[in-house]
Amino acid sequence: MSIASDNPDIIERFGPHLAYSSDARLATGVEPDKLVDTHCCFCGQQCGIRLKVKDNEVIGFEPREDFPFNHGMLCPKGVKRYLQGSHPDRLLSAYQRDPREGFRAIPYPEALDRVASEITRIQSSFGNDAFAVLTGASLTNEKAYLMGKFARVCLKTANIDYNGRLCMVSAAAGNKKAFGIDRAANPWADILRAEVVWISGANVAECAPITTNYVWQAREHGAKIIVVDPRITPIARTCDLFLPIKPGRDIALFNGILHLMIENDWLDHGFIDEHTVGFEAAAEHVKDWTPRRTAEVTGIAERGIRQAAEWWGQAKTSFLLHARGIEHHTHGVQNVLGAINMVLASGRIGREYCGYATITGQGNGQGGREHGQKCDQLPGARDVSNPEHRAYVAKVWGVDPNDIPQAGVDAYEIFRKIDRGEIRGLLSICFNPKVSLPDNSFITRALEKLEFFVVIDFFLSETAHHADVVLPGSLQEEDEGTVTQIEGRVIKINKAVEPPGDAREDWRIIQDIAKQLGREHGLTFNSPREIFNELREASRGGIADYSGITYEKIERQYGVCWPCRGEDDPGTLRLFEAGSWNPIAKGAGPFYFPDGKARFNAAAYTAPAEDVDDEYPVILTTGRVVSQYLSGTQTRRIGPLVDQYPEPRIEMHPRLAEKLDIKDGDWATAESRRGSVTLRAMVVTTIRPDTVFIPYHWAGRRSVNQLTISAQDPISKIPEYKVCAVKLRRSNG
Amino acid sequence: MSVHSNMEFFVDPMRCIGCQACMQACTECDTHKGHSMIHLDYLDRAHSVQTAPVVCMHCESPTCAEVCPADAIKRTEDGVVQTARKPRCIACNNCVLACPFGVPKMQTEFKLMMKCDMCYDRTSAGKRPMCATVCPSQALFFGTREQIEELRPRSTPINQFRFGGQIITTKVSMMAPKAARAEYVDVTAAMNEQATGRTITLNILDGMCE
Repeated sequence: MSIASDNPDIIERFGPHLAYSSDARLATGVEPDKLVDTHCCFCGQQCGIRLKVKDNEVIGFEPREDFPFNHGMLCPKGVKRYLQGSHPDRLLSAYQRDPREGFRAIPYPEALDRVASEITRIQSSFGNDAFAVLTGASLTNEKAYLMGKFARVCLKTANIDYNGRLCMVSAAAGNKKAFGIDRAANPWADILRAEVVWISGANVAECAPITTNYVWQAREHGAKIIVVDPRITPIARTCDLFLPIKPGRDIALFNGILHLMIENDWLDHGFIDEHTVGFEAAAEHVKDWTPRRTAEVTGIAERGIRQAAEWWGQAKTSFLLHARGIEHHTHGVQNVLGAINMVLASGRIGREYCGYATITGQGNGQGGREHGQKCDQLPGARDVSNPEHRAYVAKVWGVDPNDIPQAGVDAYEIFRKIDRGEIRGLLSICFNPKVSLPDNSFITRALEKLEFFVVIDFFLSETAHHADVVLPGSLQEEDEGTVTQIEGRVIKINKAVEPPGDAREDWRIIQDIAKQLGREHGLTFNSPREIFNELREASRGGIADYSGITYEKIERQYGVCWPCRGEDDPGTLRLFEAGSWNPIAKGAGPFYFPDGKARFNAAAYTAPAEDVDDEYPVILTTGRVVSQYLSGTQTRRIGPLVDQYPEPRIEMHPRLAEKLDIKDGDWATAESRRGSVTLRAMVVTTIRPDTVFIPYHWAGRRSVNQLTISAQDPISKIPEYKVCAVKLRRSNG
Repeated sequence: MSVHSNMEFFVDPMRCIGCQACMQACTECDTHKGHSMIHLDYLDRAHSVQTAPVVCMHCESPTCAEVCPADAIKRTEDGVVQTARKPRCIACNNCVLACPFGVPKMQTEFKLMMKCDMCYDRTSAGKRPMCATVCPSQALFFGTREQIEELRPRSTPINQFRFGGQIITTKVSMMAPKAARAEYVDVTAAMNEQATGRTITLNILDGMCE
């Protein structure tokens, strides 16, 4: 039976319904039973927040002014995040797909039994790898670690991957190639006195709002702010230099800047000679990237490119930030390498106010990509194909290294394998691929091909509509654990309320399944703290070394930045400082290669996978709005956030709109080779005339991922969300 | 309990990113839960993402109170202009029409004028107002004058505003670029006749007419 995402019966029962404050949440003068210091459940900044709890319900919040990253600051999502609790759509029991009702509540033990017997049946009939696991980077480090261990030790499947595949992987791969380590190089405090802040492909004000204050504060002290984006986003409005880049052309700009740095000798020769390799080849590679050619490819005025190079080239201190805007490409890794080349040539890294970082998107975007839920990775950012790494982790896990499966495939490839019948069963947690993956009508078809699909979630996400069994998991505030935020700072999530009804902490559910399978070896933890302590051991000696981090140290220090290698080690606030030690270089230099030197990588320019043509003449790019988060499973259920931006719109320039006879507020249809979407137009001069923008948080007929392309970066496997070709027309709605 | 005299409210529209965290947080304030007292508008979305947050400026001589026929609007001794008192407010809308900053809102369901009271329940107890605490860009800032001088060396706080012949002094300050002077634009100054009101710098109008 096929269940459409817009099925009215299911939506009637499971939402999304809109929650607003009422009762204790609206009454004045209500004294909470307790205040719980914790963090926001949404983006990678992980702002500190104090939740007010009464009668096992989060009734509101107080700004947590003592937390040093955000000093009480919150975006609208953080302010209203408490409304996700006690929600009418909350799953309070296990469900089974039912031909008549859509879904029928069933006892939890019965659901477990079904899950275990289906896993056993599929794995014994088609092999262990025929059952796959999809996870997410909003899970705590403890859960992320457990999911990796569950897949490798209990299910013995190679096929586990996570939704960071759509988020962090290009930056991760680029950072590993250039620095040998994947973490923001600097604390955000280093932004404050940078002379130049370069922001490429990051809608800071909407996707990482708290970071805005850091950027503005740098400007108060005289910093020049350079923003590279196809749209004048709120951070771009008052920047010093705005470079309106054509989507998909970032490498050309980075190469063009390096070209001008070399031409004008705006280089740190001492740093390049002593601390890097590969400069000559990179320099040779950018020889042809003259300002003229750079301007032609990027669509940016030549004088803007020259001005940016002059400011960047001559600065004494600087901070370069980028995000999905340069990473969501079939050449996402090359983009990141191009940006890093600019940083390395300047020598401005590893010192105070000299920084570089990608802005992580998801709540645990950093930690979620370190502890083994990636298809090619073991805990501590270890490599599943490295025999020494396998041996070390096998010892911690008490298993034979040969029993740990080799690398599996990425999240999108898992769906292709489902489509081909190679994967027959799937367990998904913390992932809503039906909304978030590109070309999502293919995802829907693949989900319907599964012989068995089990989802662990707290709401019935659009993806869960296709599940055979749904197990009621936990909200962030219903469990404790750690996450690693934007600066590489490991922080503590504290439990505020108990999971309601039959809902359970996610890690308990995973262990319940393992037990039901009769394969509970190594999955008998009694608390997140126990899991964390094993994670510390499993990460010891690895690049992402958490061995010296304890819950107590986190609380005492307001977080601990990894690597943290011992009891007396306060952690590492800033990477690559002169004289710093790491387990790869062993003192040879500050970077994570045997010679201690960073790598220049010639970043090759290639056009997007699907460029515009006569038939599909407009570039479609996608992104977020400030009031919604990711696939909207949580935020589309919070009334005040939905009211703020109720539905996606197609942003387009008046020059394009006039050509199509579309006026602001008109219905317009955007169509790609994969699908179409009809939304109201928003006609604004703040976007390039050759590009339209649609935010991606919505499901069903309003989902822009019906249009996006599933082409992926060959190294990182990130999909190209930021460029595909569409045609537009006025529509009747 | 009163608002500490050192603590002041500063508004810097240049920093505003339009995220509405202030409005969302305003609805969490205990004295008017569920209702935002902040105005936040796009100035001209077709051409810019610029937004401007407006909180009550807490005038020294509040026009809203002066025009109130029912004497319903009180200014506390520490200078905070309060929402209309429910037993007195006759929902006549005079204050809504008279406020030069457009701050008061008529809540028709309660027949009551409500407005920003600088989170008096919080600020009088030594806390910062909800909006200025959460504001991610710190376009809304609550702190001491020393703090704002250190944090915003390029700007200067202004708390005198001229509307026609009326000069208003406010408790809340607007941050303006340091080089800028308070200019009162009266078109007659650039006309071929006797100017009314204050003299202005002509190049401002010249610039505007380009």
